[in-house]
Amino acid sequence: MRLEPLGDSAVLATLGSGIDAATLASVLSFADSIVAAKRAGITDVVPAYSTVTAFYDPAQFSAAPGDAYDAVCLFLKSCAAGAKAERHDGAGRRVEIPVCYGGDFGPDLEAVAEHCAMSADAAVALHSGADYLVHAIGFTPGFPYLGGLPEALRTPRRDTPRQRVPAGSVAIGGSQTGVYPVDSPGGWHIIGRTPMALFRPHYEPAALLKSGDHVRFKSITPAELESWR
Amino acid sequence: MEVSVIRAGMLTTVQDLGRRGHLSEGVPFGGAADPFALRVANLLVGNAEDAPALEVTLTGPELEFPEAAWLAVCGARFDGVPSWRPVRVEAGGRLKFGKRVQGCRAYVSICGGFFAERVMGGKGTFLAAGIGGFKGRSLRDGDVIRSVPSELRPTGHWSLDERMFPRYSREPTVRAMPGAHAGEFGDGLYSARFGVTARSNRMGIRLDGPKLERAAGEDLVSTAVAPGTIQVPPDGNPIVLMSDAQTLGGYPRLAHVATVDLPLLAQLAPGDGVRFTRTTVAEAHALLQAWERGLALLRQGLAEKLRPA
Repeated sequence: MRLEPLGDSAVLATLGSGIDAATLASVLSFADSIVAAKRAGITDVVPAYSTVTAFYDPAQFSAAPGDAYDAVCLFLKSCAAGAKAERHDGAGRRVEIPVCYGGDFGPDLEAVAEHCAMSADAAVALHSGADYLVHAIGFTPGFPYLGGLPEALRTPRRDTPRQRVPAGSVAIGGSQTGVYPVDSPGGWHIIGRTPMALFRPHYEPAALLKSGDHVRFKSITPAELESWR
Repeated sequence: MEVSVIRAGMLTTVQDLGRRGHLSEGVPFGGAADPFALRVANLLVGNAEDAPALEVTLTGPELEFPEAAWLAVCGARFDGVPSWRPVRVEAGGRLKFGKRVQGCRAYVSICGGFFAERVMGGKGTFLAAGIGGFKGRSLRDGDVIRSVPSELRPTGHWSLDERMFPRYSREPTVRAMPGAHAGEFGDGLYSARFGVTARSNRMGIRLDGPKLERAAGEDLVSTAVAPGTIQVPPDGNPIVLMSDAQTLGGYPRLAHVATVDLPLLAQLAPGDGVRFTRTTVAEAHALLQAWERGLALLRQGLAEKLRPA
């Protein structure tokens, strides 16, 4: 584990270099052990791919300003010693996300299929047939960075990002796929729409997904999309 | 009381000191871009430091008060608006922002604080998700915003000693700590002036100057980033992340601005410029401690100037 400062209010811990399930498992168990310690002065713990970042209030770690960073690192090392990586192997929840592919809801499906030299139906079958792992949540509130996109579906991002991608859009960008939880700009190819809310600010937790969850997409019809609510 | 928004101004939102504990859900800290000005504006009218106040951007609003009210305006200076001291507005009176004189963002506090719904542990407006503040959006002409009754009110005529303010300037020098990829860039960040572009907002200050070129480096995997993180996209123009920045970033992290200097950046308007100088984490922590000590002294001093409402 390598520790480095992320400015004066966070420490970034790197646990590996790759984007893989084993690294993510140790990242998540380390993040869990920091949260479980309930140490005053740790405000946020952010796992993402191969790193965990802990945000801290220096005043709560040392009265001497020169010592606070070292005190946080010492605390993080003690958390790492107690973390159990095996707890997270495949332990994430399994979440099925219904998607209405193509048409008005997936304006880029045809372009993706063409780029990948297959029919739109084949692209949908591939996309909804794979298992995905949530490697990180970010970009916008609740946005899952999903690993596990079949190689045959990889499509470079759009040359010109859209100013507004509607909430619920399911998209492909390079080797990743994801779902836009709120209206936002975006440069990925939109292949479908889910009626499922991935960001619900009045729920606890607000984000439907978290790092380590397993996701599958299920193809639904426009009528099923409309009747979801 | 119900305060009428006669004119909303360019971008006026309700802000507090932000949310904690939701970065892992992709929700940034948010809150006032210049938290120093918001805290002082609240202290001046006897509020808790984190009470919701209005963040005004570049062009100010015009507000009408049905009852007499104590207000304070801190941060950017505008014609016609006394700043950094309590101001009494009579019943039916208006607070009208004139031309901007200096700075980018002003904070309007009202004795008791503005009413805002708490969402995810904060009352500030997070525009990207449409939550918090006033209906999750910026104010519009004709809105009516409520304030909360207060138990205290300020007294007398006085203003703050400017020596306790951050060194606000149109051309500040801000202190920055090296980031993870500092070694892949030269000294460019510390040897030139960077201009603030019009594409800057609450998410980030986008700078323009000598292009910062990265020596060949590996592709990066996204990690957490923070307010103050200086990212360099492939075009070589640095971006300093601010309150509403996305929580993860995949661009090289060249440096991080010290937390105490973020108010200086928050007050930069398009056309202003900034220079960077090196500091260390330990020094940044010492500055933060001194900053908090200054605010604690202000709090004590103000306690004598407040009376039951």
